[in-house]
Amino acid sequence: MSDTDRLGAGGWAILILTGLFFAVPLVMTAAFSFWEGGSRYGLEAYHVLLASPKLFEAMALSIELALATVAALVLLLVPAMIFMNLHAPKLRPVFEFIATLPFVVPAIALVAGLSALITGPDWLIGTPFYLVIPYFFLALPYAYRSIDVGIRSIDLPTLTEAAQSLGAGMGQTILWIVLPSLRSAMVGSALLTLAVVFGEFTFANVLLFHTYAVFINEIGQHQVTAAAALSVASFLLTWGAMLGVLVVGRGRATPIGAR
Amino acid sequence: MATVDVEGVRKSYAGREVLSEMDLRMADGELICLLGPSGCGKTTLLRIIAGFVRPDAGRVVVGGADVTRLSASARRVGMVFQSYSLFPNMTALDNVRFGPRVAGLGKPEQIQRARELLDLVGLSAHEAKYPHQLSGGQQQRVALARALAVRPQVLLLDEPLSALDAKVRAQLREEIRRIQRDTGVTTVLVTHDQEEALSIADRVAVMNGGRLLQVASPATIYRAPSHGFVARFIGSGAVFSGVAEGGQVRVEHLSLAARAAAEHAHGTPVQIFIRPEKVRLQAMGGAVPDGAVSGEVCETIFLGALTRVRLSVHGTQTPLNIWADLASEHAEAFQPGSHVVAQWDPDAPRVMAGGDTAD
Repeated sequence: MSDTDRLGAGGWAILILTGLFFAVPLVMTAAFSFWEGGSRYGLEAYHVLLASPKLFEAMALSIELALATVAALVLLLVPAMIFMNLHAPKLRPVFEFIATLPFVVPAIALVAGLSALITGPDWLIGTPFYLVIPYFFLALPYAYRSIDVGIRSIDLPTLTEAAQSLGAGMGQTILWIVLPSLRSAMVGSALLTLAVVFGEFTFANVLLFHTYAVFINEIGQHQVTAAAALSVASFLLTWGAMLGVLVVGRGRATPIGAR
Repeated sequence: MATVDVEGVRKSYAGREVLSEMDLRMADGELICLLGPSGCGKTTLLRIIAGFVRPDAGRVVVGGADVTRLSASARRVGMVFQSYSLFPNMTALDNVRFGPRVAGLGKPEQIQRARELLDLVGLSAHEAKYPHQLSGGQQQRVALARALAVRPQVLLLDEPLSALDAKVRAQLREEIRRIQRDTGVTTVLVTHDQEEALSIADRVAVMNGGRLLQVASPATIYRAPSHGFVARFIGSGAVFSGVAEGGQVRVEHLSLAARAAAEHAHGTPVQIFIRPEKVRLQAMGGAVPDGAVSGEVCETIFLGALTRVRLSVHGTQTPLNIWADLASEHAEAFQPGSHVVAQWDPDAPRVMAGGDTAD
């Protein structure tokens, strides 16, 4: 008997209800984005959005911030986690604690702390790239978990020792073995970071930077259907990122030699 | 290929000594097995030779050169690990050519050497496969080829067969021995499997509690253990404490025939060790011959061609058990509860100094 056969009528009912719970608001939002007043439906809201240069500016800024955040995570978090796993496994609880902190501290408190405490060079403070600092911490729990799963799946200490016994230095070991083995974990963490940065509103709004999420909020003040259209676009963008994670994850599970 | 000398090596972790004053000399081209129970220090010793662990004292000399302070990557020591350690992002061929690639060899030479070694381990047809597409035995073969690709002075094998099923383990064991003979590389194999050690080693080094108890050929280790622990750890058999009395060992009021006891001063504490294949049983009938013992069969264990019989010796305060291996077709006469006489050739028992069997 297959799993679907065992599900039964009750199981199906729960699944369908859960599906409706998620799908109905999305479908209604999408339908509302096509509403043009009365009983007219069309693509007017989307035309308005596409004609707005502010949309592309905000989107470009969010993409730049996302890429900078991903770069910061790859350059700081990945080496730190490799080092911790190889040489200081006792620090794991400390890493776990730090990676959980962004869930515990409210975003508005982080903004207040950031505004009060951070000073630095002009090229960073006062520019949108100032946001990379809080975004790093917002994305940290997701990026940490993804990379941690990747590292746990490859027996890092043994692979490193195997490479060393074959004459490789630490740099060669990391570049030729560890990073390629963590490829899907790093891509997964990058895509999750992308989704977090695109959806972040509090920091950007309070610190007066015009990101994609702030633009959605602004346009929603006076053009509600356009805001709905942007929301749909945001969902599609996030889903695209998630699909990327799934595809990359599945790519790891399928025989690599078959590619 | 090279000799390997471990001289006065000591290692402690958090105040607990895991290796105490270890001395071991390995000849060029020799295959030596480090054998002992879990936690005896054998893997620590191997990792010290590999360069992954720095000893607290002593030195490691490979081919006449002191390598104690050299990093693992500078030692030219090939290693095969217990867990599958192939690089998951590389094919079998790329795994094997990794060492030559790191050494800076040209790509054609890397590939040629890797193919030769994959051929040596019988995996030429699998060179394009990734580790997850290979069985456990195949992965360990590739790992062996990879370790040999750097033309190591010493090959270190850290329980490479322990994760494999019995049949594959036996096949790969023979293959390791063949390849080691073909290449002539000095090899250290760590194992807790005595059958594995006895079947492929030139010499076996038995360890316990961070100490090297005996280093000898497999036959000597089996037939002439020099230590009570070695006698009990290798194969099976009965070890009793007693005192030497000429050509016998007295255990409580029993006198057990053992010509080797004459080599010990009369009245000194000794241990007598008898292998089960040396013990003969016969049904009780009249007086017990001098040097033999009587007892009751407690259990029989069918082992195929042989049946192992355990008997409890009559008339001792401390329970004494003797094991006897019989051809299975003759063992049916000795059912649990039957009373028998056990005897042996007086030359068969091994007699060792010291009366404590607990170590």
